[in-house]
Amino acid sequence: MELYQLTAHRLHAMLVKKEVSAAEITKAVFQRIDQVEDKVKSYITLTREQAETQAAEVDKKLAAGEAIGPLEGIPLALKDNLCTEGILTTCASKMLENFVPPYTATAVQKLYDANLVLVGKTNMDEFAMGSSTETSNFHLTHNPWDIERVPGGSSGGSASAVAAGQAIVSLGTDTGGSIRQPAAYCGVVGMKPTYGAVSRYGAVPFASSLDQIGPITKDVTDMAYMLNAICGHDPLDSTSANLQHPDFTKYLVNDIKGLKIGVPKEYLAEGIDAQVKNCIKEAITKLTELGAHVEETSLPHTDYAMPTYYLLATAEASSNLARYDGVSYGFRAADAEDVVDMFKRSRSQGFGDEVKLRIMLGTYSLSAGYYDAYYLKALKVRTLIKQDFDQALEKFDLLLGPTSPSTAFKIGELIHDPIQMYLQDICTIPVNLAGLPAISLPCGLVNNLPVGLQLIGKAFDEGTLLRVAYTFEQNTEYHRLRPEL
Amino acid sequence: MTQYEAVIGLEVHVELKTNTKIFCNCTTAFGGEPNHHTCPVCLGLPGTLPVLNKKVVEYAVRAGLALNCEIAGFSKFDRKNYYYPDLPKNYQVSQFDLPIARRGYVEIEVAGQTKRIGIHHIHMEEDAGKLVHQGNIMTTPYSLVDYNRGGMPLIEIVSEPDIRSPEEARAYVEKLRAIIQYTGVSDCRMEEGSLRCDVNISVRPKGQQEFGTKTEIKNLNSFRALQRAAAYEMERQIKVLESGGKIIQETRTWDEDKGITVSMRSKEEAHDYRYFPDPDLVPVVLDQQWIEFIKDSLPELPDQRRRRYVEQYGLPEYDAGILTLTKEMSDYFEETIGYYDKPKVISNWMMGEMSRLLNLSGTDITACKIKPRQLAELIKLIDQGTISGKIAKVVFEEMFASGKDPATIVQEKGLVQISDEGAIASVVEEVIAANPKSVEDYKAGKEKAIGFLVGQVMKATKGKANPDMVNKLLREKLQ
Ligand SMILES: [Zn+2]
Repeated sequence: MELYQLTAHRLHAMLVKKEVSAAEITKAVFQRIDQVEDKVKSYITLTREQAETQAAEVDKKLAAGEAIGPLEGIPLALKDNLCTEGILTTCASKMLENFVPPYTATAVQKLYDANLVLVGKTNMDEFAMGSSTETSNFHLTHNPWDIERVPGGSSGGSASAVAAGQAIVSLGTDTGGSIRQPAAYCGVVGMKPTYGAVSRYGAVPFASSLDQIGPITKDVTDMAYMLNAICGHDPLDSTSANLQHPDFTKYLVNDIKGLKIGVPKEYLAEGIDAQVKNCIKEAITKLTELGAHVEETSLPHTDYAMPTYYLLATAEASSNLARYDGVSYGFRAADAEDVVDMFKRSRSQGFGDEVKLRIMLGTYSLSAGYYDAYYLKALKVRTLIKQDFDQALEKFDLLLGPTSPSTAFKIGELIHDPIQMYLQDICTIPVNLAGLPAISLPCGLVNNLPVGLQLIGKAFDEGTLLRVAYTFEQNTEYHRLRPEL
Repeated sequence: MTQYEAVIGLEVHVELKTNTKIFCNCTTAFGGEPNHHTCPVCLGLPGTLPVLNKKVVEYAVRAGLALNCEIAGFSKFDRKNYYYPDLPKNYQVSQFDLPIARRGYVEIEVAGQTKRIGIHHIHMEEDAGKLVHQGNIMTTPYSLVDYNRGGMPLIEIVSEPDIRSPEEARAYVEKLRAIIQYTGVSDCRMEEGSLRCDVNISVRPKGQQEFGTKTEIKNLNSFRALQRAAAYEMERQIKVLESGGKIIQETRTWDEDKGITVSMRSKEEAHDYRYFPDPDLVPVVLDQQWIEFIKDSLPELPDQRRRRYVEQYGLPEYDAGILTLTKEMSDYFEETIGYYDKPKVISNWMMGEMSRLLNLSGTDITACKIKPRQLAELIKLIDQGTISGKIAKVVFEEMFASGKDPATIVQEKGLVQISDEGAIASVVEEVIAANPKSVEDYKAGKEKAIGFLVGQVMKATKGKANPDMVNKLLREKLQ
């Protein structure tokens, strides 16, 4: 295998044994980018110089005989809605096409502190709104498994970069499935940690009560290291949990005997592709063989998750995106007659259609006279959905289902069918509403396209998810599959 | 003719004097180069998050307790969404349905009557920045934005519509300011914008129960403006009603120069703020014990202090009321007493000469050059007979202008009282000789004439003669 195809923990072992240098790893990844980026288009911005400097630092440490941490020298890609001081952070929007933040997101800072090597900022759906990375203002990203297909969204660039070997690990954000769904489509591992487990400081918000930063990796071991690096309380984010997180690598054990896994029947109901369903059933069989007790369960309010999500997420988005007005940074339209006209023109020209659609939906549902019927009602339903999970997770250690109802669809196939597009997130959205952790890992191929298995855990119990995912991985070969490009 | 009364409710914004802003660590210092007291958080840059300053909560609770409010054990922050260039996020973080304090009151005295004005609630919020227009707001070619004030901590104190006249409105805000100042949570400097008020006002025929249509006058920044604007608006509304017209619910501004209120926007254009809970902030949950602790640490408030002045110092209610109207004034008073225990005399000087000169110079007591120690010394000089009360006024003016000690001024200007009997007696004789008519009048029983003769002696001694002695000697000589 080529260097760029390896996992972080494998590369770490090689670095420690001096079989390879950080500079060589970085070089390999950039060569890969040069080779495939035209086809995949994972990135908006590349940071070659910074990468070379960071890699050199790690090599200096190695040369001096110093010990290095597990992720030092590992090439990292960041979704372009994570603020990076001095580096363009666009959210794939014209609105922020020239925005260079004077601060760094806390999660990113933690990875800098862990000496990862920043490769670049990845493409995404504009302001993280979308399920296909087709709403980016800059360009489409292609699925490395089939470049006719989407990589999923909105962290499509981060998932495709890892899958295509254009980075070893990456960060995405997940508001309704935006890490897990592209991870599933691209055949990599993606996790949305518990809400509050990772600081949101510096993640450009889409819907603050749902957004969460999480890693995308090639396997579960890398995931554990990434979680170790980014989890923890942040005084800059009052919604971040003030808890001591465990060493997640302790959960990398090949043993799930006696664990109770619930399979919500709603996640295998109509609308889920039959072949995807088969893969999930095979995974269930596998886990049962490995000693888990798998049982059907129910999350009765699942049908309401979609409308609830779109009411809450758009309401928050309409407010979060109000700050883009052309006054003090970002895009400003020319030729405005007065300040109100300047607001209007800047927002009309700066935002794409999907973003405008969601801002309008959100503005509407928060309006006087509609608030009670829509926003408030959605809040109440959110509580019911949470209660479903609480009840199920009292009985089970975790829940299992598909990450997405289908495999990656063709570029352009759903772009004019928002409802079908939104349905791609039907299995992931309830998890965000409940604030729970969930992981997606590869569990099969359908027509040579990856299928994602989703595991949903109790709040702050990422460990159990890692344990089950790791056991599954150790007893299957799906995580070793790489797309041919 | 119908008698009308006003129904007035006030929204008073008070800036809290914490060291740092409500959601970030930027300084709250007044002034500064434009946009220098800012950071990514208070500029609302994407991805930044607010973190609540605990001191703001403490101050809000302190103010709430001083205003007799119930403090909420659970409150939360909401977003108030509207577009304006001085609002970096285009929403203001405020409190909507679950504010920090509710159901308080203050007592005011108007025309000798004590009246209780209800406080509906107090909520915490962040301030916006400010626009600097190049010239007139309507014709400015461009405007500049200064976000130094953006994110400053405010509390908004919303009254019940219990106020019935412009005088009551003024008395209410004066009392509010006094109480807040006493608690130490704000300077309440109207000229620096740390206390601003909006007035909701309607009129109705006396005796009518239901309210009339109200208008809102925004951003009044002096007591005078508040009272005048309310009085003008009341008259305007009465005129409209008397002539058979209807009041339009609208927002108006006060034009200080013209002395009128002007329409800003009507209800039709009014904002729909689309309030919703701010997902970036966690609810504020307060411990009852902590609230009790703050309650116990509240200082003496104006009403208590006023009562004490009457009881302890024997001051008239009126004096006590005036002296306790601002914390600075009453602190000054008490400090002066510490140097020389003559409460009523000190009160007379403060309410008389000092207030007169402060008014003339347009300053307040914090800027007064006469220190409490110096005022006490001046009064001592009078009591010791070193200077007369009349001379003392001259000395006081000089002290006010220069800040010099009274003894220094008396010495420099040679103002020491003449208490030498011989010296005064010779002047008395001169005056008697020069004014035979008055002497005659006095002897004829016109008591008034003696006053004139005293005046002449004082004039001749440039006011320095001891007036008691002059009186005594004159009467003796005229026997
Ligand atoms: Zn700041």
